[in-house]
Amino acid sequence: MDFNDTPEEATFRAEVRRFLEAHATRKKAGEPAQKVRYLEGPEALGKAKAWQAVKADAGFVGITWDTRWGGRGGTAIQQVIYDQEEAHFDLPKGYFEIGLGMCIPTLIAYAAPEQCERYVRPAMRGDEIWCQLFSEPSAGSDVAGLQTRAERDGDDWVVNGQKIWTSGAHLADYGLLLARTDPAVPKHAGLTAFFLDMRSPGVEVRRIKQIAGSAQFNEVFFTDVRIPDAQRLGAVGAGWQVALTTLMNERLAVGSAPGPDSEDILRLARLATMDGQPAIRNAAVRARLADWYVQTEGLRYTRFRTMTKLSRGQAPGPEASIGKIVSATKLQEIASFGIDLLGMAGIVMDPRLAPMEAWFQHAMLYAPGSRIAGGTDEILRNIVAERVLGLPPDVRVDKAAPFNQLPRG
Amino acid sequence: MNFDFSEDLNVLRDQARRFLDDRCPPAAVRNVLEGDLPFDQPLWEAIAELGWPAAAIPEEYGGIGLGHEALCVLAEEVGRALAPIPYSSSVYLAAEAILLHGSEAQRQHFLPQLASGARIGTFALAEGPGNPAGEAITARYGNGALSGEKWPVPDGSIADVGLVAARDEAGSIVICIVDLKGPGVTRTTLETLDPSRDQAQLRFDSAPAECLGSGPVSWGEVEHLLDRAAVPLAFEQLGGASVCLEMATAYARERHAFGRPIGSFQAIKHKLADMFVANELARSNAYYGAWALASNAVELPLAASAARLSAIKAFEYASRENIQTHGGMGFTWDMDCHLFYRRAKLLSGALGSSSYWQERLVSHWESC
Repeated sequence: MDFNDTPEEATFRAEVRRFLEAHATRKKAGEPAQKVRYLEGPEALGKAKAWQAVKADAGFVGITWDTRWGGRGGTAIQQVIYDQEEAHFDLPKGYFEIGLGMCIPTLIAYAAPEQCERYVRPAMRGDEIWCQLFSEPSAGSDVAGLQTRAERDGDDWVVNGQKIWTSGAHLADYGLLLARTDPAVPKHAGLTAFFLDMRSPGVEVRRIKQIAGSAQFNEVFFTDVRIPDAQRLGAVGAGWQVALTTLMNERLAVGSAPGPDSEDILRLARLATMDGQPAIRNAAVRARLADWYVQTEGLRYTRFRTMTKLSRGQAPGPEASIGKIVSATKLQEIASFGIDLLGMAGIVMDPRLAPMEAWFQHAMLYAPGSRIAGGTDEILRNIVAERVLGLPPDVRVDKAAPFNQLPRG
Repeated sequence: MNFDFSEDLNVLRDQARRFLDDRCPPAAVRNVLEGDLPFDQPLWEAIAELGWPAAAIPEEYGGIGLGHEALCVLAEEVGRALAPIPYSSSVYLAAEAILLHGSEAQRQHFLPQLASGARIGTFALAEGPGNPAGEAITARYGNGALSGEKWPVPDGSIADVGLVAARDEAGSIVICIVDLKGPGVTRTTLETLDPSRDQAQLRFDSAPAECLGSGPVSWGEVEHLLDRAAVPLAFEQLGGASVCLEMATAYARERHAFGRPIGSFQAIKHKLADMFVANELARSNAYYGAWALASNAVELPLAASAARLSAIKAFEYASRENIQTHGGMGFTWDMDCHLFYRRAKLLSGALGSSSYWQERLVSHWESC
């Protein structure tokens, strides 16, 4: 066992570091690992786009993608190395992950070459933003139960329905859409995938204000929206297979939930006072800290195990699936405990008064989202149980019946 | 990045697993659990023949010098099989103590005996209830004689060589080597939660003893010994936890209730997924511990504490929920679930329970 790069990996890491040192600012020690608000305002978006273009032009976007579309043609381990190095720098995040992590890989897998030619590069540079239009009001965890209809009309499809929880739809130029093209067959067989211009007539985006007060996701309404058949991805009725490509990429893209971690709660426990001395001296506090340390380090070394497999050119093992299950709940617990450490003043969010820029209070408010987005805790446990442990699937009443005969509500 | 065991060690693991599947099935564990024998002596002799006790002992002292990563690989297999042998006492503790603190003459004399398995060693620290603490050591050593009482001492009824923590006439901590079959030693086998492993109460009445090395050791050095043993012990726990998950998964697939396999119910699925998560965290922490142990890293106290805590949690959880998944059958003497349930709790307390390791972890983390 060792933690060293292979000579090729070391060369790549050095190249990444040179690039980052030249173009970005290193995070200061002792600062929150990620700023609370990055996603707000046109100024933030402008900064993010500018950075994305620099990064893409230097060849660090689409590291594993085909060179035909402007990718580097590199390896998964190079992507991990890049991400590790970038994490040390203070950079805008949150606009392009869905497009580059999920939509564009799906496009590369299913779209015509001239479409890849047209769309991949602008997405890489941040010139165009993509969103993913899968979830609906009555199709969340059960996304294959979606009801948005696409009906064939000449060379076009006409789409009617509603999507929800669409992150970044208010900023998006294009969207990856999953719609029902045949309600008379069982639900997984009646879906088809498309991409569309988000400025098409009949598309209406309404922002949804979240618990934490910001509005990063949206409802998207479709009223007689026309999509050319040329923008269909995969065969008619094969949308579920296309969606699985997207979601598989999501599994690799979704890492730990960002927010205060064990090092940060340690810092707060030193700042906060309990019974006239630093809270860190309290035995009950120390026991909790130890638990989180074990989880944080366990996840870190789990990622190293996955990296080892990638470094050997193998697929990630089943261990890679535990990250979000552990980190989302840990985030919620750390945030809540951090607030408790401040006692009666724990509720205060005024950044002049709340320690560490009210990071724990903000995290408490957004943490519930981490346990839901990208697969709820419950769905992820089902996936581990069925795909990793090989337990039998749940008995399903909806798998064989035509979709239009299923009960709704 | 190479955060995995080498191909050679994977081969060693496969060989060890096949060997123990054959020589140490649950029936062999039950033989000790239900019988009068304190350990499986033929099994001990067979693994000695294979060189397992010698794995991490340098060649100059009669070992085979495979190193501590190999030791961790073997420990996981010993843990999977619940092997009723004094491997941890003799190898992770006694041999390590002599290697670290013994004089050259003591190493030359004792290590080849422990490496060959001809003699069994143990480390006697506890003097009744409580976690490891320097203040709790009251056994006295002076003028070549040891007096005091130690319990529970793992493998205390069967060990030949005792490494005993005591205080010298100046009140400093020393580790004594005592011939446990010699005069002045009274051994009483203890009834415990897990009778598949031996535990004893040892009484020393001016038992002839010699001090390990040149004299006193610090409490920190004793804790370092515990750190070094905690890593392979975590692998034993991980092995046990893995088997519990395998048992529960297999049962959940074949057992039917309400017209379907119980493993198709989410209540069971989520429980087993949680076992998987805990086991993977424990495995990752244990791997880091193995790296720190094998490379003598300064991170060892933190790495060992995290490995130990993660392993305690995983094995206790897996062994409990394995019984729960098996329902009424899991509660019977004839099912093997309780063998793991017992062993999990035995290993949780060995080397100090969670609260000791939590404190050890945080105190080192604070000073990072």
